[in-house]
Formats: sequence, C-alpha cells, structure tokens
Amino acid sequence: MTPTTDTAAQNLSVRLTDTTLRDGSHAMSHKFTEDHVRSVVRALDDAKIEVIEVTHGDGLGGSSFNYGFSLTPELDLVRAAVDEAKNAKIAVLMLPGLGTIHDLNQAHEAGASVARIATHSTEADVSIQHFQHARKLGMETVGFLMLSHRTTPENLAKQARIMADAGCQCVYVVDSAGALILEDVSDRVSALVAELGNDAQVGFHGHQNLSFGVANSVYAARAGAKQIDGTLLALGAGAGNSPTEVLAAAFERLNIHTGVDVHGVMAAAEDVVKPIITRMPIMDRASIMQGYAGVYSSFLIHAERAAERYGVPAWQILEEIGKAGYVGGQEDMIVDVAVQLASGARVA
Amino acid sequence: MAKKTAAIVGSGNIGSDLMFKIMRRSKNLEVKYMIGVDPASDGLARAARLGITTSAEGVDWLLAQDELPDFVFECTSAKAHEANAPKYKAAGIHAIDLTPAAVGPYLCPVVNLDALEDVLNVNMITCAGQATTPIVAAVSSVVPVDYAEIVASIASKSAGPGTRANVDEFTETTAKALEEVGGAKRGKAIIIINPVEPPMIMRNTIYAAIPAEAAEPGGLQDKIRAAIDEAVAKIQDYVPGYSLRVEPQFDAAREDWNGNGRVGVWVQVKGAADYLPEYAGNLDIITAAATRTADLLAERMDAVTPSTPVGA
Repeated sequence: MTPTTDTAAQNLSVRLTDTTLRDGSHAMSHKFTEDHVRSVVRALDDAKIEVIEVTHGDGLGGSSFNYGFSLTPELDLVRAAVDEAKNAKIAVLMLPGLGTIHDLNQAHEAGASVARIATHSTEADVSIQHFQHARKLGMETVGFLMLSHRTTPENLAKQARIMADAGCQCVYVVDSAGALILEDVSDRVSALVAELGNDAQVGFHGHQNLSFGVANSVYAARAGAKQIDGTLLALGAGAGNSPTEVLAAAFERLNIHTGVDVHGVMAAAEDVVKPIITRMPIMDRASIMQGYAGVYSSFLIHAERAAERYGVPAWQILEEIGKAGYVGGQEDMIVDVAVQLASGARVA
Repeated sequence: MAKKTAAIVGSGNIGSDLMFKIMRRSKNLEVKYMIGVDPASDGLARAARLGITTSAEGVDWLLAQDELPDFVFECTSAKAHEANAPKYKAAGIHAIDLTPAAVGPYLCPVVNLDALEDVLNVNMITCAGQATTPIVAAVSSVVPVDYAEIVASIASKSAGPGTRANVDEFTETTAKALEEVGGAKRGKAIIIINPVEPPMIMRNTIYAAIPAEAAEPGGLQDKIRAAIDEAVAKIQDYVPGYSLRVEPQFDAAREDWNGNGRVGVWVQVKGAADYLPEYAGNLDIITAAATRTADLLAERMDAVTPSTPVGA
C-alpha cells in the first residue's frame, strides 16, 4: 500500500522515543559521560520528548571486548538520566544472550521504567522470560525485531505475536541495517498492525544508511505505527538514525502529532549534542554498503578499526559480512573476515 | 578391560547423538539402556532397533534393574537431573550431567578432570563452555587472566527450546565456568543465534585480557600460542571438527582495558554428524566431551580396582 496525501489529513499521532544516549553511544564509542547524559536529557525533556533511552549501544551488559567498554558504567548514566528527567520516562535496551534479567533488575532499581528487549527478527522466542520479568517489575515493555529486512512481513508478524504474547506492549520493526525502503517498511508495519490489533502497538526504528530514515518513519506512521525512534543529529550506528529534530519537523508539517516542541529538539541537537560529539554520522562508502548489503549498523566502527589494522577496506569487510549473513551481536566476526580478506582467502 | 555400561536418560536429540557417539567412538563404554518418558519417542524406537534395552518408564525403572549401569548420562532437563541425582548417587552410579543443573562440579575433560576428587556427579557446563574453557585455561596457564569473554554463535536450527527459554542461564553458567574451569578472575559470555541458510557452523570467539608484556611479540606470547595450540590438539582428539579459524590475534595494551593487552582466538566447531547435522557443532562438542569424560573415568575406575593390573 502506498501512502497517499489523503492520509495526511487523518490526524495521526505518534510518540517519539529519543535514543541519542543509546544508539548514539555507538558513534561515541560508548564514551558518554554523566554530564553529557544530564545535558541531553534536560534538553530532550524540556522539548517534551516522552521517552529517552540510555544504555550502552549494545544494550545492558554491552560493555565488553566485543562491543567496546563503557567509559562510565551504564547504570550510573541511567541514574543520572532518571535524576535529570522531570517528565520523560527513561528506557533501557537489552539483548537476550548478551544482557540478562539480573541486568534488567539493576536498571529497574536505577529508575528505568521502560524495558526495550531486542532479538533478531526471527528469534523472538529467546525474549519470553525477559518480557515476562519486565512486566512483573511493572516496566513498560517494547520489543525490537532487529534486522527486520531479513524476513518477510508475514514472518515478522508471527514473531511480533510471540513478543506480544510474552507481555510486550509495542513491537518495533527495527531497520538495524538501514536496508528497508518505503513500502518495505509500510508492508511490515501493516502486517504487524493486522496481527497485533489491540494487543500491542507497533513502532519503527530507522537508520540513514540509504538515506530513508525519515521517509521510512513517515511510511511507518501512515501504516499505523504509534512509536517512532530518532536520535539528535542522527547520532547513531552506521550512517546514523532518523534525526529526532527532522522527524519532529517533518511530522508537524504532515499533521502527524508528536507533542514535541520542534524548536526545542532543534536546539537540543545544535546547542547540546553538536558540541559533545566526536564523530558526525555520514553516508560514506562503508555505511552505504551497510544499507545496501543489509549489515547491522553498529558493525561500522569495528569494521573501520579492522580495516586500519589489517589493511582491507571497511566497505569490503562489510560487504562480506552481508554475504555471510551475520546478525546483530556478531561483531567478533569482523576480525575473522578482515584476516581472511587480508590473506586473500575466499570468505563466505 | 571389559567395557563399562552406560544408560542414557533422555531420548531426544542430545541423547540420540550421544548414543551414536558412544557406539562409534568410545573405547571403554557400551550403551546398555536408553530411558525416556514417552513410549512413542523416535529416540527410544531407534535405540531399540540397535539392540539397546529401552524403557519409557523413566529413571525409577532403570534403578529397579538387576544390572545397574556404571554410568548414567543425563540428557533431560536441569529440573529432572536435580530430582534424579540423589538416586544415582545412592545407587553408586557415575552421573555425567549434560543439563545446566550443575549438581556436580563443572567439568571439561581436557582441563580439570584430574583436579577433581569427587567425580560421582560431574556437569558438562554448556556447549560454549566446552568449546572455550580449554582456551582460557591454556592462556591462564601462562599468564594471569583478569577477564575472559566469549561469544558463541550457533545456528538457529541447532538451538532447541531449552536453550531458547533459558538464554540467561546459558550465559551465566558459561561465564562462571570461564572462571572456575578457565581460571579467569572474571568471565563474561555472550550467545548469538543466527538463522542464516545454509546454517552456520558453530563459532566461538574467545578474548582474554593478558598482561601488557604478553601482548607484545616475545617469549610470553610464544608460550601463549603454544599453550593454545596444545589445547586445540587435545580437543581435536575427541572433537575432530574443532579448529582455529585464524591465528590467535594479539592486541597491545590499552587504557580502557585497565592497561591489559588482549589475545583473541577464533574457533569453529564442525560436528561429527553422528546423528545431528554438521553445523550443530554445539551439540556435538557436548556429547563428545561427555563421552570422553566417561572414557577417562572408566580408566580411572579400573586403575583403582585391585583386581586390575595398574600401570602396565
């Protein structure tokens, strides 16, 4: 279904979740400080963003050799965010297999009130115990079906059903590779909306690798998504996320209600985040390849490091990763691929 | 020496693979019993066709037999093993536990069998534990390891309902074994389930923090390489499909690694395809480790039996 301008008059409404302090952590190599968190949360909260995600880029327990160690323990960052937010809820991300219920308990004790639990798009059943537990804690729950481009809308809807039955209140179509384009998104969102009905909402998390983050978010909203993710200045993995300040402005122009103060988020991006960041996400050969080859966005910086060490271009490493079908969390495969490429071996 | 007898409790995938593994690859064991709880089980029917005594009446049936087995392999669930373990113990049967129950100590046959005194019940950790603790132990035999981290990747098709419902237990158990068996001060384990087709062969990446000087070329680094090679060779003796993907990679010390350097080891585990397909190296390595453990324990039992000549 192609959204038409008629739908613009339907008075759609979405909730924007800002994940600068989680997905943006990738672009910062997980070096956010408590001061960074406080200033970003304050600006987002003032701009009436309702949910702010704060965690290591790879979720609770992500601080590791494989994904990079956090400069500041993530629970300290969560506590600072909770302390600073007057109205916004603080969310945390966790990937079963990487983080555990123990981590979720600690985040809850630190004041996080939204649990976002992420699995690969076809492996939702690993999250059942975590959703059940998060609900028992009284947390709001969000499910992330990562690398949603890797399966069909029908299969994705079945996986969403597993999450909803486990207690998930909103299942996201997550375009972790920035590989989905327009109808790819609305078809998936529509399939989830049809499957979940009133049992759970549907959300969308976009990346800019092929430059479709905002346009895809519009398609998602028009297909019935009620929660949309963004980051200030697009700060995030790969070529970055759908920029929160652009989402807010574009949605307002399209009469999609967000309740967000557009000037406020533009100021947050320009005045608060820009001075902090060490790297501006861009669409370059490597990150475009991620969208093109369907590679998990957070592999980018790891591929760049491997490129430098082993003398193989990052885009080529990422292309091979795409061929091999590696999924989120398999950052360890990057060195393997780089070493094989450097030795002239066939990889996949 | 006469072969020791084994009972396999649990007639599912793991139990069936283990049955073939013992029949084809064990020096000292023969499968006498296969025990299940479902009379319609494929696994029981297959075992019966191969001449093994089977029963769908559970462990109580087994323990009521005149001829008790020397070994029982628990391939059920943690809960079932917790209930069964005291019964095996009372009957004096050696229990090899392939569930996450961990009633007995964690065991990797090439690392800590000789160090264990009470071996009437041993736990086989997890598939990732079997694949990674020997490498961590090899590194920590040369230098102190402050921290070890592993990433296990398994094919979606090889991740059964038990693994899927208990990923937390899987990572926590494996992490603990990196400490208790591997000798790391602190362990962390990550598991990734990948659905790619054709299914990916099981992979494990092991990272160990090492002192700065060991991360630089030189004698210490050479010793670490040699210890890793030795561990790989020992595992290959019972898991022929266990291999290094690339040479161990050494990274120089970094401030955000507490001043430590790092060694990274990339392992592939191709299964022997005794029953389960080749890609399911994760299931293969745990049944192979269980078989090897029982073989070694059988030798140990005979060595202490007065009627058997020792050290010939």
